[in-house]
Amino acid sequence: MANALKKRTPTMNNIPAEYGLVLSALLFVTGLIGVLARRNIIFILLSIEIMLNAAGLAFISAGSKWGQADGQVMFIFILVMAAAEVSVGLAIVLQLFHFLRTVNSDQTNTMRG
Amino acid sequence: MELLWLVPALPLMGFLILALAGKRISKPFVALIGAGSVALSALATLVVAVNFFSYQHAYTQTLWTWLEIGKFHSDIALAIDSLSVVMVLVITFVGFMIHLYATESMSAEEDGYSRFFAYMNLFIASMLLLVLADNLLLLYLGWEGVGLCSYLLIGFWYKDAVNSRAAMKAFIVTRVGDTAMALGLFILYQELGTLRISEILRLALSIWPSGSTIAVISSALLLGGAVGKSAQIPLHTWLPDAMAGPTPVSALIHAATMVTAGVYLIARMNLLFSLAPPVMIAVAVIGAATLLLAGISALVQSDIKRALAYSTMSQIGYMFLALGVGAWTAAIFHFMVHAFFKALLFLSAGVVIDSLHHERDMFKMGGLRHQLPLAFWCFLIGTASLSALPLITAGFYSKDFILWETLASDHGSIWLWAAGIAGALFTSAYAFRMVFLIFYGKERSETVHSITVQPGIRIKAPLIILAALALIAGFVQMPGTLGGLSLFSAFMSQSLPLTRTVLTAISETAMQYLSATISLLGIFIAYIFFLYNPNYIRHFVQKPLGFAVQCFLANGWNIDRLYDILFVRPFVFAARTNRHDIIDLFYQLIALLHRVANRALCASQSGNVRRYAFGIAVGAALILGMVVFK
Repeated sequence: MANALKKRTPTMNNIPAEYGLVLSALLFVTGLIGVLARRNIIFILLSIEIMLNAAGLAFISAGSKWGQADGQVMFIFILVMAAAEVSVGLAIVLQLFHFLRTVNSDQTNTMRG
Repeated sequence: MELLWLVPALPLMGFLILALAGKRISKPFVALIGAGSVALSALATLVVAVNFFSYQHAYTQTLWTWLEIGKFHSDIALAIDSLSVVMVLVITFVGFMIHLYATESMSAEEDGYSRFFAYMNLFIASMLLLVLADNLLLLYLGWEGVGLCSYLLIGFWYKDAVNSRAAMKAFIVTRVGDTAMALGLFILYQELGTLRISEILRLALSIWPSGSTIAVISSALLLGGAVGKSAQIPLHTWLPDAMAGPTPVSALIHAATMVTAGVYLIARMNLLFSLAPPVMIAVAVIGAATLLLAGISALVQSDIKRALAYSTMSQIGYMFLALGVGAWTAAIFHFMVHAFFKALLFLSAGVVIDSLHHERDMFKMGGLRHQLPLAFWCFLIGTASLSALPLITAGFYSKDFILWETLASDHGSIWLWAAGIAGALFTSAYAFRMVFLIFYGKERSETVHSITVQPGIRIKAPLIILAALALIAGFVQMPGTLGGLSLFSAFMSQSLPLTRTVLTAISETAMQYLSATISLLGIFIAYIFFLYNPNYIRHFVQKPLGFAVQCFLANGWNIDRLYDILFVRPFVFAARTNRHDIIDLFYQLIALLHRVANRALCASQSGNVRRYAFGIAVGAALILGMVVFK
């Protein structure tokens, strides 16, 4: 029993990896729908963050399934990358609003061919 | 002899000075350079000619190598023999007379004065190059040079669109002939490997049998060039319109010198032409047809200069007739005499035209012999020489020479002779028609009062000298029945073969009586119809048929209209049809495809961020799908 407990207790290995992956897929699709459906650029950025987190979750799940640290390393990378992306993205949004007085992505189509 | 290069170089120098600095030189100085360069050239010619007369052998002066490409070699080389001596003498001396005349008659020009003399000097230089050239390429350079000057001088008063159009017509019609000639040169070089005239003749004579196809083709192509330049059927239509130029131009280029370049070319290549009997026949027939057609057209012209232009065509027709029967010397003799009397006729017509303030319609003239006595006498002498008045005029001797050789030569025939005789009748009729219309008949008060100035010495002197020449130039060559003096033909025999005559039963004396009678008959006809009772003609012309005939002849047998229908309109039609360039449609199609593709791809660049994101998502899904469900 104790052995069995000991076997089980080493934390979250009792949650199957598929759960994490399905959750990450659901989160990713939610984010994607947000990107495609929302017009407000700030919400689009938020949705992108959700998609990034979904990707991060997938890495974590895979890493824990194979008992390797690579997944967590990748998640740190994603976090850093997301921080950089948001800082640049928000700066662009500020400039965009400064020049065009809108954050509606459908109206910011001055680069159309 | 070493002075030979100066002969064309001096007028060329005059051209360069006038062309480069003409605007800054005062008018008397322009006249001095323009006429002076030709005078000096004439003096140089005289020195060369005197030398030539004493040594009596052909001389070639090689100045420098012009082109050397592979085996092809062409020199700037001048050659002189008895044929070119005669040509050069006529060009420089008659040219000088006309330049002298022009210094006064063109003095009303302000801006154009130096331009005029620059063109005239360039013309003289090109013409001298043409007749002195040792090879056909250099000859062709001169040939194109005179064509260019002819174009420039016909369109001298370029502000009038009619003149420019006449200039273009002259240029384009002669271009047809020039192209044929250029092809002839190509063939000669291809076959014989040289363009030197003496070598061509020597090689052709030794390689090609008489009547061989290649000889016929090459000489026919050269004939094409000659026909274009000398305004013979079928390329004659440009000459009457060329009268749009100033009168000295008509006298120099379109009467005395340039239009006889074709005669010179055929005479120069005489051995080549005698290898091609069909072409010889063509030359004679073209000449006979032109002299008749132009002679009849000259009978109904009302414009004095157009009448003279038709007369020039007709007289060159005589020269072609002579060339065609192998009477080379007779053709060159007639060329010389014709240069004198036709220059005289044009210059005295110029005096009349200038006195009447550019009135050229002969029916508005009349009775001018008292007002313009000098012009009258000079015109009368020119006319007499033109209509071959027996014994006293040069024209009689030259025309009689041609007619007799036409009959007596082994190439001759009674039909060609008959055409010549008929032409002689027309010639004296139209010639004296001009005299009667201009100088006799009723004086018209409006014209008489408008004559204010009489010509000055620079106009009088050339007229008197040319009149003297038109009378006495014939005495260097008398027919056998009149003393048989043959200075000219003996001189020419160094460069031109003698005419092979066949003995005929016809007496030369009888023929001379006949041609003299014909000449006098022509004058009598002119007297009856244009002076004694002009009403015959007037009544005839009032009838519809007569009017139609008059229009038909006055328009030069409507050949212009024929060419318009045959060549100009189909060409214009093709040009109009092809205005948007049929071949270009293919390339336009390619451009159109690209434009459609561009538009399609442009639609994808909507500038809508969400759509791009959708595209990326779909693409990613596709790639994943391909990886997973492979």
